[in-house]
Amino acid sequence: MSDLHDLYQQLILDHNHHPRNRRELPDADKKAEGFNPLCGDRVTIFLKLKDNVVTEAAFEGKGCAISTASASLLTESIKGKTLEEAKQLFRKFHQMITGEVKESSDGPGLGKLEVFSNVCHYPARVKCASLAWHTLNSAIDQQSDGVISTE
Amino acid sequence: MTPITQSPRSASTPYHVEQYRRDFPILSQQVHGHPLVYLDNAATTQKPQVVLRAIQHYYEQDNANVHRGVHELSVRATAAYEQARLKVQRFLNAGRSEEIIFVRGATEGVNLVAQSYGRSQLYDGDEVLITHMEHHSNIVPWQMVCEQTGAHLRVVPINDRGELLMDEYHRLLTPRTRIVAVTHISNALGTINPLREMIPAAHAVGAVVLVDGAQAAPHLPIDVRELQCDFYVLSGHKMYGPSGVGVLYGRSDLLRAMPPYQGGGEMIRTVTLEHTTYNDPPHRFEAGTPHISGAVALASAIDYLQDIGLEHIAAYEQALLEYATAALAELPGLRFIGTASDKAAVLSWHFDDIHPHDIGTFLDHEGIAVRTGHHCAQPVMDRYNIPATVRASFGLYNTRDEVDCLVHGLQKVIKVFR
Repeated sequence: MSDLHDLYQQLILDHNHHPRNRRELPDADKKAEGFNPLCGDRVTIFLKLKDNVVTEAAFEGKGCAISTASASLLTESIKGKTLEEAKQLFRKFHQMITGEVKESSDGPGLGKLEVFSNVCHYPARVKCASLAWHTLNSAIDQQSDGVISTE
Repeated sequence: MTPITQSPRSASTPYHVEQYRRDFPILSQQVHGHPLVYLDNAATTQKPQVVLRAIQHYYEQDNANVHRGVHELSVRATAAYEQARLKVQRFLNAGRSEEIIFVRGATEGVNLVAQSYGRSQLYDGDEVLITHMEHHSNIVPWQMVCEQTGAHLRVVPINDRGELLMDEYHRLLTPRTRIVAVTHISNALGTINPLREMIPAAHAVGAVVLVDGAQAAPHLPIDVRELQCDFYVLSGHKMYGPSGVGVLYGRSDLLRAMPPYQGGGEMIRTVTLEHTTYNDPPHRFEAGTPHISGAVALASAIDYLQDIGLEHIAAYEQALLEYATAALAELPGLRFIGTASDKAAVLSWHFDDIHPHDIGTFLDHEGIAVRTGHHCAQPVMDRYNIPATVRASFGLYNTRDEVDCLVHGLQKVIKVFR
C-alpha cells in the first residue's frame, strides 16, 4: 500500500476542511441524491444549465474526507463544461480511481482531479471518491427522482 | 451430598493473555509494517490452533457424509458431528440434544424461526416485537414474515445511553404480541439486555422469545434453561469457531410442532413422488449435507472457551473495557455511542469533525483493525443521527498495550484532520 500522504494529499485535506460550493441550489435544473449504503454517506448534486453548459454546480451532504473533497472538486471541475464533457470526465475519473485504464486523450483532462489517483490503491475507499460522480451522472441522466446507490 | 465442585479456575487464577495470544497464529503477523492489533472481534473472531487442527483432522481422517453410510468413515463423521451437537447442548445448558440445530449462522437461525414458526403461527393483526438496537439480521426476517402474514412489527425504543426503555417494553407487550425477538448483546452499542426481566414478561402475555446471541456467546456463560428463552441463535465465527456454521436452540415442544424450513435430504423420513413425511427435530431442520467440519470445529472452539472459562474471559474483558473507556475518553471531541450501565467489551464512538472511514484507513496503516460504518444496524445510527461510528470490539486475546496503540493511532488521526 502506498504512503497515506499520497491518499490524503494537502489538496484533499483542504477541500475537506473548506468544501467549495457546498450549498443548495433551489432553482437547479438538474438534481440527484446519492447514497453509499456501506457507510451511510449521502450527497445531493445540483446543476444549473444554460444551453447545455453547466453554469453552476453545488452539492450538499456530509461524508468522509475523500467523499467531501471529491464532491467539492467535482463542482469546480464541471463548471463551464457541457453535459457531454462532464460525462466524459466522470468516465475518466472512474477509470482512474478504479485503476482500470490509463487516461485517454479524448475530452477534457482530469487536471486537479488527479489528486485522487492513489485511491485505486485503497479498494475500500473507491466508493467514497466515486459517490458524488455517480450522483452527477444520475443527475445528468435525469434519474433524479430516485436515490442512486453505489451498490 | 455431592459437594459443589469449584470451577477449575478460581477468581484469583491469573489470566494468561500472552499464552492465549500464541494460540492464535494469525495474531503474530505484521500489517503495514506494524504488529497486527485486531479489534474487530464483534465482526468476526480469529481462530485458535486447536480449531484449525480440528478442521484439518476431520478432512484428513474422518471425512464422509453423515447419517448415510454404514462404512467406517461415515460412522466416524456421524459420531463427530453428533458429539458436536452434544457439546453445544452442554455449552447452552439445553435440556435435550434434539433442541440443537446446526445452521449457517445466527442469521439463518432467525430466518428459520421466522419462516417456520412465524409463518405458521402469525395471523393478520398479530404483533412481532423487536428492539431499536437489533442487527439487520434480527429485523429484516421479521419484516418479511410480517409482510407475508399481515402481522405488525413493533419496536422497543432505546434511551441516549443505548438501553432499552423498559417501561415502553412492558407497554408494547400485549396479548397480540406473539413473538419477541431481542439481541442478548448489541453489536453496535455493547448493551447487555435485561433478558431475565424481558422473557418472563413476554411469556406472561403468551409470546415466545427469540434471543440473538451472536455477540453474547464469546463473552459470557449462557444458560438457555435459566433464561427460559424459547429460541436462541449464535454464530460459530463470532466465538472463535469457523464461519458458515451456527446454532439454533429451540424448545423441543415448539420445534416438534414446526413445519420444515427447507426441503431435501436428511430432513425426511419417507419420500414418494406424491408425498413426504418429515423427520423429527433436529434433522427436520437440517436439509442437505450439513457443514460437518464446521460443527466439529465449533465444538473444538467451545472446548477452548471452556478451558479458559467464560467467567474468566468475561472478567478480563470487562477490565479491558474499563481501561479502554477511560483511555479513549481523554481524546478531545470523542463521543461514545452506547454507554449502557451493563455492557460488553464493545466501544463505539464518533467525532463530529472526523469521519469514521478516514479514521479506519489511518488506523489500518498502523496495523490496527477496527470496524467503521453502521455495523449492520442502520436504525441505531439513525437514532443517534450519525451515519457511522468507529468500533473497537475486544476479544479474549486483546491487551492493554493494544488499547494504547489504538489511542496513539487516534491521536495521530486527530493531528492530521484538525
